[in-house]
Amino acid sequence: MRKVDVSSVLGSSAEDVSDLESCIDVSKLNLYYSKDKQALIDIDLKIPKQRVTAFIGPSGCGKSSLLRCLNRMNDLVDDCVIEGLIALDGEDIYSKHIDVADLRRRVGMVFQKPNPFPKSIYENVAYGLRIQGINSKRVLDEVVEKSLRAAALWDEVKDRLHDSALGMSGGQQQRLVIARTIAVEPEVLLLDEPASALDPISTLKIEELINELKRDYTIVIVTHNMQQAARVSDFTAFMYMGNMVEFDATDNIFTNPAKKQTEDYITGRYG
Amino acid sequence: MRISISKWFSSGTPFVWFNAGAVAISIIMVIGLLGLLALRGLSHFWPADVMQANYTPPVLNGTSQPTEVIGERVENESVSSQQIVSSGIPVDESVPYYDRQLLKMGNRDVTGADFAWLLSSYISDVQYPENIVAMERREWGNFYGFLKGLRESGDDIALEGEAALWDEFELRLERTLDIQEDIFEIEKHQIGEVNYSLERLRLKERRLEIDSELTDEAIADIAQQREQFAEDYALLQQELVALNQDVDRDAAVFLAANGAEVEIDLADIVRAYRPNQMGVTAKIVTYFSKLGEFLVDEPREANTEGGIFPAIFGTVMMVLLMSIFVTPFGVVAAVYLREYARQGFITQAIRIAVNNLAGVPSIVYGVFGLGFFIYIIGAEVDQLFYPEALPAPTFGTPGLLWASLTLALLTVPVVIVATEEGLARIPRSVREGSLALGATKFETLWRVVLPMASPAMMTGLILAVARAAGEVAPLMLVGVVKLAPSLPLDGNYPYLHLDQKFMHLGFHIYDVGFQSPNIEAARPLVFATALLLVLVIAALNLSAVALRNKLREKYKSLEV
Repeated sequence: MRKVDVSSVLGSSAEDVSDLESCIDVSKLNLYYSKDKQALIDIDLKIPKQRVTAFIGPSGCGKSSLLRCLNRMNDLVDDCVIEGLIALDGEDIYSKHIDVADLRRRVGMVFQKPNPFPKSIYENVAYGLRIQGINSKRVLDEVVEKSLRAAALWDEVKDRLHDSALGMSGGQQQRLVIARTIAVEPEVLLLDEPASALDPISTLKIEELINELKRDYTIVIVTHNMQQAARVSDFTAFMYMGNMVEFDATDNIFTNPAKKQTEDYITGRYG
Repeated sequence: MRISISKWFSSGTPFVWFNAGAVAISIIMVIGLLGLLALRGLSHFWPADVMQANYTPPVLNGTSQPTEVIGERVENESVSSQQIVSSGIPVDESVPYYDRQLLKMGNRDVTGADFAWLLSSYISDVQYPENIVAMERREWGNFYGFLKGLRESGDDIALEGEAALWDEFELRLERTLDIQEDIFEIEKHQIGEVNYSLERLRLKERRLEIDSELTDEAIADIAQQREQFAEDYALLQQELVALNQDVDRDAAVFLAANGAEVEIDLADIVRAYRPNQMGVTAKIVTYFSKLGEFLVDEPREANTEGGIFPAIFGTVMMVLLMSIFVTPFGVVAAVYLREYARQGFITQAIRIAVNNLAGVPSIVYGVFGLGFFIYIIGAEVDQLFYPEALPAPTFGTPGLLWASLTLALLTVPVVIVATEEGLARIPRSVREGSLALGATKFETLWRVVLPMASPAMMTGLILAVARAAGEVAPLMLVGVVKLAPSLPLDGNYPYLHLDQKFMHLGFHIYDVGFQSPNIEAARPLVFATALLLVLVIAALNLSAVALRNKLREKYKSLEV
């Protein structure tokens, strides 16, 4: 496993995207929700491995749509048309040979609102494994504990693993959803505004967790909160009206943006 | 402070009163309905005091002679004197109204009529003699009279005193009832079993014959089995003859109204008691014993007496079977419509059609069930699987299976609509959460969505049960009968007889109330049966509601 430079976490010295091994390559991506409603326009993007990449931008700019393309969640939307190429480790994820369920297992996703299943905490975490047909209690016990520890939740719930997950607080539920996602050992974690429905303390915990997790996973996070993007991400993409305006190391984006639009948005002068 | 009308109106107070009033009226109507049913139905089982009196109504020519009457007072009413005069009793027409009372006099075998309306003003010498005996009999309805003596095999038994006579009577009655029970057991169960086995043997033989596999060996085997059954039958028959002789040993002599002496076999008596000397406790005990008999016994006397157990059993059985058919069918249809089918004009049209199906009159379903299930499918099933029984139909005739299926068809729209609504309410985020973990659509449905929608399915089932349990019209075409010889579930293989006809509380009400030869005797039973039907439906519904609440608690959906 690669050791991550501490300085990159703090964002003090900027890396160059082209120097890093890429995990997901997006090129010439266009997305239409209907004939005259284009949500993404010619997106080109290279998401580096084992780094945190943040998508920022105003509401409706297409950042969530882009995120949902990465694990083909947009397939569920009727009449949604996608053009262009998205490659995960060099493999086109929209090719006919891809098993969508398998792709989604490799590219896990955490949503804006915590969405635990109405099952016990244990069964929530074990869900992905059970889907894969793993029912051995020994394996499940092990994975559940490991995942809950990784999501910094183990100490809080270890005595009530078989209670309903719906009895937890919002922040705990969101960490449970993260634990559930990493239980299936994905390569990429997509986080769609994971802290927007949470209080500041829970938000802090989630951010700490993201810092922990990036050692093992490639993380893509969509956020409204620019401070959050500055705090947790290594790279930031600024999007506006379906266009990718600027993509660079977070440090550069926030201290020295190349485009006027980016600067306006970051400094709050965006109108 | 004065408030203007418009202000008072816009404050919402009158609206609250209006709504509360509507609720109150509904509650009062329901309570009133149940109260009426309970009062008129349940009072029938109370062992009322029996009066003895002289009745001297005026006659047209000459002076009237008093007649002695013995009986239970059932109800009172006022009648105009004109009406009485035109019925042939010359009362004083200057008095506008006369009171009259309905007396249940029993003794139908002696007097020909067991109920009579008597004008209260002409009843005299009313007394309640302590030793009047009231009896329920297997035939001819109730009997009221005085116990005079006992006979064993036709010879009088000498006994001193009223008390000794009654004690001996009760003792012998108990013995007779015990023997009756044995006879019932042999006739109904043991001989029934042998007959059933013989019939199966006959069908087996016929089957082999049709398949031309009737070898000599098989013939010998069947003959041997048949002999065995015949032997069993002969033994039982012998036992039965002995018991029947035993049961016929005793008889009792009674003095009925107007001095008529009547001999009654103890074997004909179901229950005997002396209501005028019973205390409240004894009456309560008798009351519950009569009520219990009503609930667990089989009907007698063209359904006007005895119990209604087969009807309760048939109703519950039919509803349960219907639930088993309708739930999976409705749920599967709803899942396809909501989850898999492309939402568009056609799905919308299907949805509207399903909703409209719920409004089709139930008798239409009955006709469809008869024409399609019974005459087409049933006849085909008989040809294929039961050729040995033909020309007697097995499934090609109304029966439990077809009745349940017809009602399942009748109620499936309700289940589809309720399940669809439940599926629509499952938050999108939960489905996406499952899909994002690598579950397929089917896995998501099966493991997350369907369990979460199960309370909605139960709601559909509750509505379906409520509709089906009270349905009578279609059942008359597809399987309900006035009197079913046996329950659809018994100890004979294959235990559940889906081809059998069955009794149903709703039809029972209609039959007893409107097809009965003895309307006065049947009336209280109509009320009691109606009350029971309501209670059975309520019980079925409440158990489904309890199940739903449990599921709701378990799968309470995320706060949206």
